[in-house]
Amino acid sequence: MRLNRFGEKAMQGVFFLTAITSIAAVVIICVFLFYNGVPAMAEIGFFNFVGGQKWAPTNVPASYGIFNMIIASIYVTAGAIVIGVPIGILTAVFLARFCPKPLYKILKPATELLAGIPSIVYGFFGLMVIVPFIRDHFGGNGSSWLAASIVLGIMILPTIIGVSESAIRAVPESYYEGALALGATKERSVFRTILPAAKSGVLAGVVLGIGRALGETMAVVLIAGNQVQIPTRLTDGLRTMTANIVMEMGYSTGLHRQALIATGVVLFVFILLITLSMQAIKSRSEKKNG
Amino acid sequence: MDDNRIIADPKSIKAINKVSFKQRMISYKKKPLSLVMLILVALAAALSAAALVFIIVYVLVKGIPNLTPDLFSLTYNSDNVSCMPSIINTIMLTLLTLVIAVPFGVGAAIYLAEYAKKGNKLVKVIRTMAETLAGIPSIVYGLFGMLFFVSALHWGYSLLAGAFTLAIMVLPTIMRTTEEALITVPDSYREGSFGLGAGKLRTIVKIILPSAMPGILAGIILAVGRIVGETAALIYTYGSATGYAAGPLSSGRSLAVHMYVLANEGLHTDQAWGTAVVLLVLVFGINTLSAFIAKKLGSKKG
Repeated sequence: MRLNRFGEKAMQGVFFLTAITSIAAVVIICVFLFYNGVPAMAEIGFFNFVGGQKWAPTNVPASYGIFNMIIASIYVTAGAIVIGVPIGILTAVFLARFCPKPLYKILKPATELLAGIPSIVYGFFGLMVIVPFIRDHFGGNGSSWLAASIVLGIMILPTIIGVSESAIRAVPESYYEGALALGATKERSVFRTILPAAKSGVLAGVVLGIGRALGETMAVVLIAGNQVQIPTRLTDGLRTMTANIVMEMGYSTGLHRQALIATGVVLFVFILLITLSMQAIKSRSEKKNG
Repeated sequence: MDDNRIIADPKSIKAINKVSFKQRMISYKKKPLSLVMLILVALAAALSAAALVFIIVYVLVKGIPNLTPDLFSLTYNSDNVSCMPSIINTIMLTLLTLVIAVPFGVGAAIYLAEYAKKGNKLVKVIRTMAETLAGIPSIVYGLFGMLFFVSALHWGYSLLAGAFTLAIMVLPTIMRTTEEALITVPDSYREGSFGLGAGKLRTIVKIILPSAMPGILAGIILAVGRIVGETAALIYTYGSATGYAAGPLSSGRSLAVHMYVLANEGLHTDQAWGTAVVLLVLVFGINTLSAFIAKKLGSKKG
């Protein structure tokens, strides 16, 4: 009996330890990234690093400015949002309120399938199909801001559709019925009562999509052209922070390698900010409902 | 046009609350914006579906003719760029990652669902951290894995480094799905078990885990899908050696990394299409299996 009692306590301790591994993982990831990245930032100078426009790690003297890549990451994410968010939210509305049941059984798994395609396949598809299309019809060499935006826009669709749809479905049916009873058309009821009520859930989906787009690497590196510049036209190439890391990490040494890790730190800080705002949106909507 | 007559005429109303097509057209004439919105919504859904169909069909059409025996020959050389070694490497990587991640993920979920008291501050922190982990991009995991497992622990580019990196990456997926599965187990199961004199541990192991098993399995298979499709976190942890990874400390490329190398070189486009088909079929098969198992759980409960 006593042994049994001991076993219970011991296993509770074991379960507790496994539960705090996620805390340990986040802490250790933070520590290792910052420990390896921050000295490089200090050596280059924080403002030279984040605000510098010249990235020439192999020059003598080398310059390590990632400003253009930060802007490029933001541009690509914005492009993905412009393409993915309207289509995603409207598709979610269709799935939740307009879709006939037999069609839903096909369409819903289809959107989930879209999430399952590996990013490298998206990238290769973009490289072989979308890049030549842009080269032939819009000029430039095809690997561009536009190509990356289109592919990332498709990639964030399932995230936005999934989260938005469940937010729309969570709105009480009485909202919709009330609007109908007041004489509004079905579309008006959906867009003027249900969608506003699902606002914070939809926003959470969009923020999640932003995080995906910002952190996407393999698709972008194949199709964005990777020139270190701030694009002025949609057909110009650009290099995101993620692409910079994956392209140069293989052969970099010394300060160059540390500067790449520091690029990862900047990206990580962006993602942490997005996660924080995501959690703020969530807790706000929970408070409102609870 | 006398709209009211149509609505008032009892013969035109087939069922109460049922709006006829004619009535609908009339209301759209009054509110053209509604019609525009309807068209936009349908168009968006069609576009989403079209994107998926287009990508899949394109990859299949381009790739299937390139599924030659050469592509699956047992040894890799720079002519046949066989994906066989990378398939084996991917399987080993997946198994090792699961061996590491599943005990931690399931254990954590058991703690959160069965032991932790409601409103516990620590539980909130654990959830927040798991969400944070889920949001970290794979390239950052790759960087961390390179710094910690490859460099600091001196494992080099290796199976072990890749598996540990991915284990952290899929941990939140396994935790979340397992916790959801545990929560759906009715409390009466627990009460019945306690009532018969079983302890908490015995209840969990003998009663709760078996009935939550389909949900847990579905989550694990979902994690497998992510592992198989992952590239960015593996390039600088598992490395990209072309042969079979002989032991836990030797490097090898997973199928997705192999595909990246082919796509990046641009020399073996045909084989890259073929590899894309293999990758798609694997990932879709895994996801379908997960959905099937989860559905079985749903039908049993309902």
